[in-house]
This record gives sequence, C-alpha cells and structure tokens, in this order.
Amino acid sequence: MSDVQQGASSANASSPRSASGRSGGFDLGRILLEGRAFFALIAIIIIFSILSPVYFSTNNFLTMSSHVAIFGLLSIGMLLVILTGGIDLSVGSTMGLCGVMAGFLMQGVSVDAFGVTLYPPVWAVVVLTCVLGAFVGMINGVLVSIFRVPAFVATLGTLYVARGAALLMTDGLTYNNLGGNPEFGNTGFDWLGFNRLFGVPVGVLIFAAVAIACMFALNRTPFGRWVYATGGNARAAELSGVPVKRVQVWVYVLSGVCAAIAGLVLSSQLTSAGPTAGTTYELTAIAGVVIGGAALTGGRGNVRGTLLGAFVIGFLSDGLVIIGVSSYWQTVFMGAVIVLAVLLNSIQYKPRKKRAASTEHQKASPSSGTA
Amino acid sequence: MSSEESVMERPTRSGSETGEVVLSARNVAKSFGSVHALKSVNFDIRRGQVTTLFGENGAGKSTLMKILSGVIQPSAGEIVLDGEPVRFSSTVDAQRHGISIIHQELSLAPNMNVRDNIFMGRELGGPGGVDYAEEARETERLMAELDEPIGPLTLVEDLRLGQQQIVEIARALSVNSRILIMDEPTSALSASEVEVLFRVIEDLKSRGVSIVYISHHLEEALTITDHAVVLRDGAMTAWAERSEIDLEWIVRHMVGDNFDLGSPPTGHTMGEVALSFENVSVADVAVPERSVVDRLSLAVRAGEIVCIYGLMGAGRTELLECAAGRVSASEGRIMLEGEDISSLSIAERIERGLVLVPEDRQRDGLVQTMAVGENLSLASIGAFTRGLLTSRGREQAVIEASIRNVHIKTDGGAAGIGSLSGGNQQKVVIGKMLATHPRVVLLDEPSRGIDIGAKAEVFRLLAEGASNGLAVIYSTSEVGECLSVAHRIVVMSRGRISAEFGADVTREEIMAASGESAEG
Ligand SMILES: Nc1ncnc2c1ncn2[C@@H]1O[C@H](COP(=O)(O)OP(=O)(O)OP(=O)(O)O)[C@@H](O)[C@H]1O
Ligand SMILES: [Mg+2]
Repeated sequence: MSDVQQGASSANASSPRSASGRSGGFDLGRILLEGRAFFALIAIIIIFSILSPVYFSTNNFLTMSSHVAIFGLLSIGMLLVILTGGIDLSVGSTMGLCGVMAGFLMQGVSVDAFGVTLYPPVWAVVVLTCVLGAFVGMINGVLVSIFRVPAFVATLGTLYVARGAALLMTDGLTYNNLGGNPEFGNTGFDWLGFNRLFGVPVGVLIFAAVAIACMFALNRTPFGRWVYATGGNARAAELSGVPVKRVQVWVYVLSGVCAAIAGLVLSSQLTSAGPTAGTTYELTAIAGVVIGGAALTGGRGNVRGTLLGAFVIGFLSDGLVIIGVSSYWQTVFMGAVIVLAVLLNSIQYKPRKKRAASTEHQKASPSSGTA
Repeated sequence: MSSEESVMERPTRSGSETGEVVLSARNVAKSFGSVHALKSVNFDIRRGQVTTLFGENGAGKSTLMKILSGVIQPSAGEIVLDGEPVRFSSTVDAQRHGISIIHQELSLAPNMNVRDNIFMGRELGGPGGVDYAEEARETERLMAELDEPIGPLTLVEDLRLGQQQIVEIARALSVNSRILIMDEPTSALSASEVEVLFRVIEDLKSRGVSIVYISHHLEEALTITDHAVVLRDGAMTAWAERSEIDLEWIVRHMVGDNFDLGSPPTGHTMGEVALSFENVSVADVAVPERSVVDRLSLAVRAGEIVCIYGLMGAGRTELLECAAGRVSASEGRIMLEGEDISSLSIAERIERGLVLVPEDRQRDGLVQTMAVGENLSLASIGAFTRGLLTSRGREQAVIEASIRNVHIKTDGGAAGIGSLSGGNQQKVVIGKMLATHPRVVLLDEPSRGIDIGAKAEVFRLLAEGASNGLAVIYSTSEVGECLSVAHRIVVMSRGRISAEFGADVTREEIMAASGESAEG
C-alpha cells in the first residue's frame, strides 16, 4: 500500500494546478472558451470603434456604463437566484413597481387622519423602496422554498402582480417630478443615478458597489458557499447542514432588493418614474448571467462573468444604436449573441471525460477503423 | 514478480468452446490530462466465464471497463473482439457488438418509471407507437428473475438505492448481450439479493455469456469467479485461475499487505448514553399507514461502536435519516446527550455533534459542481469562519487534513469531484462529516465502494474516535464488517431489532437472526 499512497501524495505535491491547468496542449482553446465574454467585449469595443468615431471616448463609455448599470444590477440579483438553481422572472416588474413607489413617496404622502402631507427625506424613500423590493422577493422565496412552487411559475406570477400593482398605483401615468422641494427637505433624488461623482455617473458607482459586495458575499462568506452548494445539489447540501430553505428565501430577497435599487437608479437617471419601466428587463438580466458563463441548472457562475455579460449586452446594443443599425436588426443581433453564449456554455460544461476522450481519440488513433 | 510471468505465459486457447477469448484489451492506456489512469493494460474476457477485476480505489478498474464498453476511448492500444481489432465510438456501438455495462454510479432517470428506464433508448415498437404492454410484461419477467417485487410502473426515485441497483441490473440483462460488464453491481445489495444475482450469473454463464465482475466484497466475488485479474495503479499486477487464488492472494496483490478490519477498541471507559432512540417509528413515504421503523429503541454510549446489520428494506437507512433530521419520526423521541432533538433542524444537529454519512453519495453526499476541497469543507464552514468571513488559509488546512486522514487519492483539493474514482468519492463524503469533529457519527453503509485498505482505514478512524469518546453507529449489509470494530451488533428486520449480539458473535448467528425473521 505504501508506494501507492506515496504515488498519490507526490502527485499532490507536484501538481497543485487547478482544474483549468490540466488539459496540456489544448490550452489556447480553453483560455478562449473560458474568457469568451471578455474577448467578446474586447471584440465589440474594437469593431464599433472602427465603425464609429464617437464610440471610443470616455464620455461614451460612461454613458453606456450607466445603461449597463440598470440591468447589470438586475443581473447580479439574478445571478444569486440562478446559482441556487432557480430563476427570477419578476425583477423587471419589481423594478418598475419600486420606481413607481419611489415616485409616489417623493410626491408626499398625505395622511388623512391628521390632514397633513408627509414628505419623507430621500434616504427614507430609498429604505422604503428597498423594503418593498425585499418584500416582493420574499414572496417569491417563500413560494419557491416552502410551498415548492416551481421558480419559473412563482416568479411569473409575481411578474404580473407587481406590474399590475404599479399600474394601479399610478393609473397608468408617470411621475415626472422627482426633484423634491428644498422646503420639505426631500431633495437629492438626483444623487441616486443622474448626477456624477468624480465625473462618474452615480448609478455606475452604485452598480460597482453592489457588484463588489456580491462578489465578496459569494467568495468569502458562508452564505456564498451555501448558495453554490444549494444549486449544485440541494439534498447533499441540506445533509451537510446548509440551511437550504433559508438560502433560497434570501437569494430572492436579495434579487428583489437589487431590482429596487435598479428601479431607484433608473428613475433618477430618467428623472421620472413610470409603471411600465423595466418591461422585459428580466430577460436581459438572464441573458447577462448566461453570457457570463453561469449554468441555468445552478451551482456554476460568478460575479465577474456576469459583469462581463452585462457589459457585452450593453456595449453591443448601444454600439448598434450609435452606428445606426435599425432596431429590428438590433433585436436579431441580441438573440444571436445569447444563443451563441449558451452554445459555448454547453461546450464548457460537457463532462470532462467526454471532451478529453474525443480530443485524445483524434490525436491517438487517426487510423485503425475496423468496425 | 512471479505474477507478472503468469501474465506472459497465460495460455491462449482457441475454438468456440467455453473459455475462448472473446474480447480483449491490448496494451490499452488512458490518461486524463496528467493523470495516468491506465498504463498499457492487457485484459481478456472469456466465453461463458466470469472474470473478476480486483484493485484498490483509483486503480483504474472503472476506466478499463468504460473503454471496453465504448463510454470512453483509449489514449493508446486496441480492443480486439473475436480476433478482430474494433473501435467502439459509443456505448450504442458497443451494444450493437453485444457488450453492455452496469455502471458503478447508477445511471437511471429518477423521474421515470422502472419500465421506461429499462427500455430507455430501445423502446419496443408496436403498431400504435411504443408497445407499453409488452415492455411491462418483459419488465415483470426480469423482476421475477431477479426475485424483486418491483412493479413496472414504480417511479425510480421512490425506490431504495438497492432496488435501483436491481433495476440497473435488469436493464443490462434485458439487452441480451454476450458480454456483460458489472462494475460493483452489489455495493448496495445485501446477502440475499446478492445470492439471487449470483444465480442469474450462473444461468448467464451456462448460456455462454461472458461476464466481467468488479467488487470490493472480495469473498463474495471469489464465490463466482473463474479468473481473477488484479489492477494496481493503472497496471495489471497479477492474473490467475480460480483454483490458484484465495483471499490472501488477492489482498497481497491488491495492496501488498494483509489487512484485517480491526477489533473493537478497548481500554477506554465508555461514557454516558450519547444518542438514544426511544420507541421511534418512521412512516413509509409511499404508504403512510405502514411503518418502516417500528417502535424501535436503541442507545449508544460515548465511546461505543454499534453496528446495525440487516437486509435491504429493514429500515436501517430510515432510522439513521430520522436521527439526522432528514425525515421526522411519526412516534417516539430521539435523545442526544439527554436532550430531545426531535424539533432541531439538520444544521442544528450537526452543530451539536450529530452527523450522518448518507448511503447514496451521488444523491445525498456530493455537490457535483464543487471541487473536492469545497465538498470536504462544506459541513464545517463554521470552523474557518471568523465574523462574517471565511478564511482561505484555515479552510485549506481543514481540506488537507481531511485528504490525509481518509487517504483520498486526488490531484489536490481543487480537482473536480467527477475526476475521482468511486471509492475516493465515498471517502470525500466520510471525510466531510468527520471534519466537523462530531460526538455522534452515523454511517449508512460507509464501506460502499471502498477498497479493503480504505475500509480498514475508515474502521481504524472510527475505532480511534471511539477511544476518544466518539459514539458510532454504522450500518452494513456485509457480515464481515459487523465483526470488525463494533462492540455491539444489532440485527434489524422489518423496522425492528430482531437480535442483539456482543462482539463475540459468529457470522452464522447474525445471518440466522436477519434471515429467519425476514421469512416469518
Ligand atoms: N474524468 C476523469 N478525469 C480525471 N481523472 C479521472 C477521470 N476519471 C477517472 N480518473 C482517474 O483515474 C484513476 C482511475 O479511476 P477509476 O474510476 O478507473 O478507478 P477504480 O479502479 O474504478 O476505483 P474504485 O474502486 O474507487 O471505483 C483515478 O485516479 C481517477 O482519479
Ligand atoms: Mg470504479
């Protein structure tokens, strides 16, 4: 036994390489495959810079980034949900509902009993809006984890309910006056996305902060590990002491909060809050996550990839607008990019042995076919 | 080494009588990146005979069988079928040549019923689409042959692991192949099912079917084998006919040393009762009126090792899962160190030192998307978390300690779970739970798929734990394993304890206690 054990442990010592380093001469392909979102982004920037003189400028990048920030925020919440093996179709509606909620609060809340109108300060608006987002998320989470409604169906339901609630709140109209009034002490809504800090749109900074927080949570906290374990194999995770149900509720709550933040940033950017804001954004958010390499079956994916995915979508669609491609073609391009990304995902996650086998068998036995 | 020579001198008979070589691997090698799983192996399968393949975990047994059945392609060497070199591009291709395989890790679709699983991909056509009636009849016939009353319409996910294994066997039988490869077909079966399987194997042999059999239950394998081949570290180290081999021969060539499974640790004083079941019943999931565990009482003290022996379906798994909090008891209570834990969650029970090593590693033990290291540390995240954050360094220490303690053969903690051999995956599940530093550990068939060296290692770990005050309950369906480190052997049958023995019991007594009550 001893020599066998030694063989094993010396293999340990001599090859501390990670899973990515094991494929020998096939590395270039792997690097391209694993970094595909990154290379796609570079390619997009190069191509559009050649096609349009205005594309490659700091200002344009900042403008495009502030667009990316909106569905990027949704994508990050979505990533958490997808990592646990679920899906959150309600984020677009939740975002619209939260935007409207913020708009409503900014108009002042009249309390009939006392005959007064309360003007909550902007921080209170932010908190209340996030609470609303969390509440919608919690409904999703409870439906999925405790009542075992399939995530697709549960969040599809909330999608409709939240959208309907937003329309009911405003009667289909849009709040245009979000500036607040210095007399009431509720100014400052512009600082949630419209204004710039050190030349960078605040929305982009918020997006960056959320992304970093999420990256941290996924990589360095027990919660992050639980999220990956729940998505990889919920039964095994549960038997290892992972509070699977709680984790499921939490990811939907966080996704709801991300949607609320996105709603705030968007209404601040637009200086208006409409009930139809964010329609179909859930699909863009999912696309960002998928282009970023996450698996819809759960357990695989990371924030870095999702960020790249969001930027690929944002920079591509804005680039198409800038060079004047018709919006019909834009839609076609987006669709093609998403399918391509998922296609590459399935190549990447094919069981290793099969891929190794097929490449080796090409190398090893080009002849000898006598079946 | 004399065994090497016997490989060279092995007689090559010809003619179409029993014993003729039908399928062989010639100088087959296989590497996965830097891992050389097989190094130039020669292996023959003979008509109407059983060839057994022995070897420790990660020796390359499954890899060789996957190559012979077209699941993967060799990096070098060739496969010769009836004297002609062939290449199988897929399992379907191999099946067309009459070769089928029962995989070590079950490959059934849990959401489909038994009939559809058996005929998956080969549905019987009829005038109006698939001929379900014929398929169901055939399924019933196969189940009768295997002596297992499973209805063709039962969902696979409702079956116990052992029953799933039987379905897997039935599927391989239904193909009517001339070469049947069985990679640890009995790891979840108990003695009586194994006996039935062996009857079936004898029958197949007499019909000229060649069989390759892999098992870590050495004695059991010896009873049916005609030839034995030992693989070690990807190379063939010995070959011999049945008449020349015995247990000692296998062990010597497999691991170089003789292992015994240890004896009950003595010399420490046993503590208080650590875990006790008081009149615990667990209802059957399918038929709630029926109890799979029936008013059972059992207590284990700190420092004591209790073995639960029983046939498949005796209620062992349910009992242990109930203690771990996976299923709840319909009656009675479970006390951990004098405290009723019935209302605690699984996580809370783990925190208090009660852990379960589940039976089905694929379904309940491993997170396939995570690396070996992350799997090993999953249950003890708290140990390397300070405040909100986990510490990479401390986690690495936990992982490395586990890899060392349970002797996992891996490329390092970052390797994917799927790159480990079956037995090594099992060791990951055991290592994960032991890393939580439990006070009571429940192991459901801990030796499933691990080689005797590792088995001895696991039992040694348990014995060592017990002498430091760990309370241990493990279940097994192999009598040999009852007679190792356990202080007490409890025989379970139909949800009840049918007998209880001390460490000085004999095999026969244990078998009788489980068998008799299963009849009556
Ligand atoms: N897909 C893979 N990628 C990388 N390494 C692999 C892969 N499959 C198998 N191996 C390695 O090949 C070696 C042989 O594995 P194999 O599964 O054949 O062992 P085995 O003899 O069947 O062991 P066990 O008794 O545990 O089932 C092991 O070291 C394993 O880690
Ligand atoms: Mg194996």
